[in-house]
Amino acid sequence: MSDWAGVFIFLVVAIIFGAGGIVTAFIIQPRRNNPVKLEEYECGLPTVGPTWVQFRTSYFLYALLFVIFDVETIYLYPWAVKFQSLGLFAFIEMIIFIFILVVGLWYAWKEGALEWK
Amino acid sequence: MLENLFVGIADWLRSLLGGLGTPVEINEAIVMLVKLVAILVFILINALWLVYMERKVAAYMQARIGPNRVGPKGLLQTTADIGKLISKEIVIPGKADKVVFLLAPVLIFVPTLMVFAVIPFGKNMAAIDMNIGVFYLLAIASLSTLFFWMGGWASNSKYSLIGSMRVVAQMVSYELPLVLGLLGVIMIAGSLKMSDIIAAQEHTWFIFTQPIAFLIYFTAAVAETNRCPFDLVEGESEIIAGPYTEYGGMAFAMFFLAEYANIMVICAMATIMFLGGWHAPFGLDFIPSWVWFFLKMYALIFVVMQLRWTYPRIRVDQLMGFSWKVLVPLALANIFITGIGMKIYQAIGW
Repeated sequence: MSDWAGVFIFLVVAIIFGAGGIVTAFIIQPRRNNPVKLEEYECGLPTVGPTWVQFRTSYFLYALLFVIFDVETIYLYPWAVKFQSLGLFAFIEMIIFIFILVVGLWYAWKEGALEWK
Repeated sequence: MLENLFVGIADWLRSLLGGLGTPVEINEAIVMLVKLVAILVFILINALWLVYMERKVAAYMQARIGPNRVGPKGLLQTTADIGKLISKEIVIPGKADKVVFLLAPVLIFVPTLMVFAVIPFGKNMAAIDMNIGVFYLLAIASLSTLFFWMGGWASNSKYSLIGSMRVVAQMVSYELPLVLGLLGVIMIAGSLKMSDIIAAQEHTWFIFTQPIAFLIYFTAAVAETNRCPFDLVEGESEIIAGPYTEYGGMAFAMFFLAEYANIMVICAMATIMFLGGWHAPFGLDFIPSWVWFFLKMYALIFVVMQLRWTYPRIRVDQLMGFSWKVLVPLALANIFITGIGMKIYQAIGW
């Protein structure tokens, strides 16, 4: 059996387990609702304004940086696995690759993308 | 005898099924299912025990006794808690997105259980010894961010929204040092397969050759599981419980089960990558390999718990700054130094 068939079994059973827990709870739980109970929990005060709003952009900047650097790490992994058999040339090339990204990080730092505002 | 207990059971089951004359694929699937159920039971029992342990550790660190009423020494306390949680009503807030609200606790445990597939609990005791094991683990584990976000967004509550925003920002930021920190180990081991990485540590554990990587990994991993001192996500004093604010009963229990299982995953991963996995230290080979794995994992879990009750919560700007300005450059420098060091060793004939 291939590895991925095993992973698929894990995926299916994990979903069944999660769904089973919630469904069991729904079967045996009491259900008594009233409008006050169904309000969102905010220390007893009524919520002011809508919740699904546009959020601050500093989170978005971190997400952008993450995407850039996460793609970098995907490239680094195969290189790291084959590092010992690859020659000095591959090592220097990867240093240049990392250097370019360090410059990117430095630029983001300089422009204040890493500051929490 | 004890060493091969679990491997022996799997082999016995395989030979038993082989005698039935069913196709090999079906037999293998059944064996896999049995392994999966064993892992699931392992996770559930350990999660119950970890909640109890957490409360006891907290109590002793604060000079209290902790839970001591239900069962001997309070051992059945968490079992009773689960009984209570499962019979409680899951209140769905009126304004919530009901489907996504219920989907989040169903799916939160999926990535956690899936990463357990590749963890070797002892010699030859991984359910699937995948050739890209480490990569698979990191890829699947980072999926849980999505489900925290689903739960927080669907709750339609401001505390949940702030909490889930923080989850995404924090987990995304600490993903990088975590992944980059492990690169040094992979460079030395030259493989992504868990069994190869452990085999490479037969004589020297990687914590001695890669100490900086261990510190980077462990810090980032504690942040990934949203544990104190990085628990801004569920900072009780400011945003109630973060993404879980609106959850109750079994839905809340699923989030908590996933959290404790994630602590097990990061500690197991640290054991595999840095503490020699199931290798016995000091030549104490008569103790089975899976006992060693378990002991190392629990030693690390104890450290994680101790951290929670030792350090105060850090500020959000410190949190983000620490990842991007300290850990990421440090991890990149570690890769660089490891590479140069290995090339020098190769040049002088290692």
